[in-house]
Amino acid sequence: MTTFEDPAVPSEPPRVAPWNNPSVRAWVYQVVVMGLVLALAVYLINNTLTNLSERSIRTGFGFLDREAGFRMGESIIPIEPSNSYGRAILAGFLNTLKVAILGIILCTVVGVVIGIARLSRNWLVQKLATVYVETLRNIPILLQLFFWYAIITGTFPNSQEAWKPLPGVFISKSGILHAVPVADPAHLWIGIALLVGIIATVFYGRWVRRQQQETGRRPPLLGPALGLIVGLPFLVFLGFGAPLAWDLPVMGRFRFTGGQEITPEFLALWIGLGLYTAAFVAEVVRGGILAVDWGQTEAAGALGLRRGLVLRLVVLPQALRVIIPPTTNQYLNLTKNSSLAVAVGYPELTSVTDTTLNQTGQAVECIAIMMAIYLAISLSISGGMNLYNRAVQIPDRR
Amino acid sequence: MNKLASILAGAAVATMAVVSTANAGAVLNAIKQKDFIQCGVNTGLAGFGIPDSQGNWTGLDVDFCRALAAAVLGDSKKVKFTPLSAPQRFTALQSGEIDVLSRNTTITLTRDASLGLHGAGVWYYDGQGFMVPKKLNVKSAKELKDAEICVQSGTTTELNLSDYFRANNMTFKPVVFATLDEFKTAYFNERCQAMTTDASSLAALRAADARNPEDHVILPEIISKEPLGPMVRRGDDEWFAIVKWVLNTALEAEEYGITQANVDSMKASTNPNVARIIANRDEMGVKLGLSPEWGYNMIKQVGNYGEIFERNVGTSTKLKLDRGLNAQWSKGGIMYGTPAR
Ligand SMILES: N[C@@H](CCC(=O)N[C@@H](CS)C(=O)NCC(=O)O)C(=O)O
Repeated sequence: MTTFEDPAVPSEPPRVAPWNNPSVRAWVYQVVVMGLVLALAVYLINNTLTNLSERSIRTGFGFLDREAGFRMGESIIPIEPSNSYGRAILAGFLNTLKVAILGIILCTVVGVVIGIARLSRNWLVQKLATVYVETLRNIPILLQLFFWYAIITGTFPNSQEAWKPLPGVFISKSGILHAVPVADPAHLWIGIALLVGIIATVFYGRWVRRQQQETGRRPPLLGPALGLIVGLPFLVFLGFGAPLAWDLPVMGRFRFTGGQEITPEFLALWIGLGLYTAAFVAEVVRGGILAVDWGQTEAAGALGLRRGLVLRLVVLPQALRVIIPPTTNQYLNLTKNSSLAVAVGYPELTSVTDTTLNQTGQAVECIAIMMAIYLAISLSISGGMNLYNRAVQIPDRR
Repeated sequence: MNKLASILAGAAVATMAVVSTANAGAVLNAIKQKDFIQCGVNTGLAGFGIPDSQGNWTGLDVDFCRALAAAVLGDSKKVKFTPLSAPQRFTALQSGEIDVLSRNTTITLTRDASLGLHGAGVWYYDGQGFMVPKKLNVKSAKELKDAEICVQSGTTTELNLSDYFRANNMTFKPVVFATLDEFKTAYFNERCQAMTTDASSLAALRAADARNPEDHVILPEIISKEPLGPMVRRGDDEWFAIVKWVLNTALEAEEYGITQANVDSMKASTNPNVARIIANRDEMGVKLGLSPEWGYNMIKQVGNYGEIFERNVGTSTKLKLDRGLNAQWSKGGIMYGTPAR
């Protein structure tokens, strides 16, 4: 709203009483509502504090610095019982992030495949995809988590009789343990070489496309790309004298230790969340593809594009616009559902905070921390997805 | 999510509550008005608190609630039970959802001081132990280095476990479950090489939940003190006193030999200690705000401590627990009822 002076109209507004002036009124309403909300908040907080202290229930966030004392089953960062509650909660938070991110990847991959399969002309493929969606979507996620956990702990062998599908890989009730290279300074440089290779490939790819457009001749892409992405890191590896020491899982009295482990708790949660959410993503993908006008496919066909290319170059890019907002919802659901992990013993945020709550007795604080963290994760996911959504929208050509 | 809901409900109640907790006797008045006691118990631990298929509850902790109802309302059946998992129980008590918590709960300083609760006395002296499958051939907890150990969250056991391994310079890997069901299923599925909780609970799980009880052994080490007893929330001293004295009177009744069977004939006893408990001598019940028959009703309907113990967890039950520490002080145990006089 811009205001400007029109010389033809007298600038003097008609005089009205302030209580009849709509903008004054609007302000007053806002202030009153705001005041009421604040007063309610102050009242609730005050009341909570009074009630808590009347019941001799301790309050405050000081406990975050105190020693936690309990051990965690798995963590991405090093954690010991002598660390603080704050660090334990951080470790739980990272475990939540881990299962959420890997779960999102799993549900996206499976969801897109199943969604496209639902539209397949192949009867069997289409029916299988339908059965998948209808089954997984309609069974409560908690039951599915129990199911996967029971499958793993029920059918996998004891550590003594672990399956060895590959050298250095052991599968048992204690999870999947596999060998990892022993940490070596070369790793950092190999990583850097890989990064350099990828970036160089991107630039090279652009140059190739420009060449093709300008000269009509397409320089080779695959060979040089492989050379950059695989060859370069390999050269660095050789340059460091090919350090190849492996940290192997070894059998102890009860189970394997060493190497890298994927616990049954994580596995059950990841598979459970990923496959369950994939059913919803599949429906979103199917809806998105169906939303693209059939004329687009026909037009692309008329131009002589093959079916696969039609899907990849014409349909999917347009479908993405429709797909992204509801998929964001599914990602958020997956993240929030990860709090069901307590059922299968995976030490994520809820589980660790519950233990903290039990040991300190500070329920209000612990729940507040938990809510704030979930809110932050959710806002970050939807923020990121909004950015992506904006990037894939069809630019307005009007 | 059940648990989160109950915690939130607790927080909400703490937020909204306008009841004055300082109001003496409020809990007793409310109980008399509604004519039953709401008692928090275990979700299903044989011998301590477990419902059968008809919803009839039995157990040592359950019988404490019955004794309380008999003493307070004259009828041991006037109890309603709220099954509570370990993480839920304190919120239920704090928020007023239950009147008393009688659920294999350890009395600790933190629970008294930070949670605003009061332990009313010890109903079972316990300690934390380990159970392992016999085939692993483990003889001592000291051999459990690097083992995966199943444990339930929201208990004292999680912290004791870490403390014990730290003190013995051993590592281990906890697998933590929020409910009893998942905790025991994981252990019996051999997800863990050991399970840890109160030794009495181990005996109960072995007897009632193992496919074959002989396949499991409870290791000799007891790594903590777990005095289990009923709890009330702070702020109502009258109610606290009633719970405390019902407990102690059940102990004293055993000491003086008053049983369910002989309580009627004992009414005429000349022993003043007996008369104080069951014949209204010196009006003990009235001092607590109870009827003169409180002690008589309690013993007639539920029995003395020894009877309650034997019926639920004693050597003739499948738990086969000895009295051990829980024998009367005069019989080598440490159960010592403070005098009702
Ligand atoms: N005495 C300990 C442990 C009590 C406890 O909760 N034990 C578990 C393991 S046997 C239990 O009874 N769980 C039953 C449930 O959560 O439903 C405490 O007070 O923290």
